[in-house]
Amino acid sequence: MNLSNAITVGFKEIWAHKFRSLLTMLGIILGVSSLVAMSALVKGMENGMRDALIAIGGLEKVRIEEEELPTYQAHLIDQATGLTMNDVRALKQSAPLIRLVTPEMRTQRTTITRGGKSFNPFNFVGTWPTALEMNQHVVEHGRMFTDMDDDYAQSVCVIGTMVRDELFGSPEKTGKEIIPIGEKITVSGQPLTIIGMFQHYESEQDRKARLLKLDQKDQSGVARSRGWQSKRGSSFVYRMKNGTIYVPLNTMWLKFRAASGTNNTPDPRLSGVSMKVASIDRLEPALQQARNVLLQTHRGLEDFQFQTQENWDEQIRSSIRNARMSGGIIAAISLLVGGIGIMNIMLASITERVRELGIRKAIGASDFIVFIQIIVESVVIAVIGGIAGIIASYALVQLLALVSPTENTPVITPNAMAVAFLFSALVGVLAGLIPAFKAARLNPIQALRYE
Amino acid sequence: MPLVELRNVSKIYHLGGEEIRALDDVTLDILAGEFISIIGPSGSGKSTLMHILGCLDSPSKGTINLDGTLIQNARPRELARIRNEKIGFVFQFFNLLPKLNVLQNVELPMIYSGMPSGDRQERAMAALKLVGMENRAKHRPMQLSGGQQQRAAIARALVNNPRIIFADEPTGNLDSNTGEAILQLFCQLSQEGRTIALVTHDPEIAGRTPRRIEIRDGKVATQADPKLSGLARN
Repeated sequence: MNLSNAITVGFKEIWAHKFRSLLTMLGIILGVSSLVAMSALVKGMENGMRDALIAIGGLEKVRIEEEELPTYQAHLIDQATGLTMNDVRALKQSAPLIRLVTPEMRTQRTTITRGGKSFNPFNFVGTWPTALEMNQHVVEHGRMFTDMDDDYAQSVCVIGTMVRDELFGSPEKTGKEIIPIGEKITVSGQPLTIIGMFQHYESEQDRKARLLKLDQKDQSGVARSRGWQSKRGSSFVYRMKNGTIYVPLNTMWLKFRAASGTNNTPDPRLSGVSMKVASIDRLEPALQQARNVLLQTHRGLEDFQFQTQENWDEQIRSSIRNARMSGGIIAAISLLVGGIGIMNIMLASITERVRELGIRKAIGASDFIVFIQIIVESVVIAVIGGIAGIIASYALVQLLALVSPTENTPVITPNAMAVAFLFSALVGVLAGLIPAFKAARLNPIQALRYE
Repeated sequence: MPLVELRNVSKIYHLGGEEIRALDDVTLDILAGEFISIIGPSGSGKSTLMHILGCLDSPSKGTINLDGTLIQNARPRELARIRNEKIGFVFQFFNLLPKLNVLQNVELPMIYSGMPSGDRQERAMAALKLVGMENRAKHRPMQLSGGQQQRAAIARALVNNPRIIFADEPTGNLDSNTGEAILQLFCQLSQEGRTIALVTHDPEIAGRTPRRIEIRDGKVATQADPKLSGLARN
């Protein structure tokens, strides 16, 4: 007897007991669909977390910041230069593993005013046009400043949407989107012309919540602020990005640093340098290279440190691992319960069919063939249940998305489907083992006498 | 050399410390082409003998040689193959699988011997023709009369061309007319040269076969009981 025969017999058995088989499959269907849906939810969660990581420049972005000298160099503090344009130029020339270098110069506690409104942005940064690529910014309206704007220290700036919201009014309040290109704002008494505005950055969850609110706009009663909205962890990244003002580096240095420097000499030190490594796989050698270059320019003084997002990445990995583990255990238990259901029904089935099995043995079915037949029947139930479960998982995921509309969209992956399918087949084999042993060991004489 | 050779075969059961000799030192030969009946009252051990002859059971003592194979040492897997290829069974209660139609029932032994499906169908139809059931191939067992079911069962027993056919009370569940027709069929098969062993408690049926073996208390009776052997019919 070959396998296709055994499978045909298995299908016939299932068809002969449609309702019973369906109930049995239900356990597997639930187990498999919850396994797939769980993994889809976790995948959606992971995507949301990764989006936030990418939004601040990705894992390739490394910041160089000033740092206290190590104790053994502390007496050389007068020699420490801090980060300067020298470092930027040296890195660009001598560190081939670094793809992109962007200097950053900030001023603290800057207040921006326009008319009667004022706002303290998260980032008021003088930088190069390459900051766009470095920090994953997209200019939606107007343009980014150019190298020439930088060379001439033009009084121009590019703003994030939050700056617009605070100084000109947000689309939610004014009912239309204001694009303040060409408008003037005042920063520390210096006028700046807005030449560009970034797109609005938000997490998938925030976007969904905002769109949901738009749909439910007809809230009755007096218009009012409905209280402080709880903000999720990852949305801080997007708020920070939206609250950004970029000006050319030289503008920052000459117009905003001049006032704060000693003896009216602008302080040439950078607040930080951002760089992107060419390949994340070679992060370690790239950092080594950058360190070597900087030790040259700093004459051996280690007054800098590197800041990567490895911890964040690791945190994402571990929280995903935990979510997957806990969800997986629950789904696995429900699959196990489904498997017990199959075992139960197979035991009932062989008790019912003792005589049939006796006849089959009398006319030449070996113990092994009977064993395989029962296993195949069990696997067929489990596999049909598994396929149905995968189909059901689509519906389940839709349902979950409906119940919590602002969560990240669950993503069903082929991997999850394959794993769930293999698990259901495995459950089928395991559940069939004991009934198949019992069937194979039936004594044909007693089985033939069985009423 | 005989087709079946039993030498000093015993089958002993232990029931609660008590020893029950279902078969006691049976020695018996069946030649190829013989039509033999095994007769005895219920509890005499004739069924045990047939189970051992039919490779469904193994003896406690003694040797059995079936067509050159020593059965008493054979492993379950070999026994299954011998049952499949060398032995055909006909049962009192027909024992057709109710979920399969007649043709599929007849095909079953060939499925287990691994024959390709095209040949299977052809040979199953030939066997059904032999027992006069070719028009009922697509019927389910439940749709047939007892006699028709038994014919289908005989076709199933024949289909793998076994060396010997064992029939356990094949007419026991049929009315006398139908039983007679089934007996005729066995006689016809015997004339075609097949070896048939028929187990019965009915002396009248046993009287139809050229050779009779009587089992009493687990032993082959040396002296024929005239009441049982069918000689005292008148």
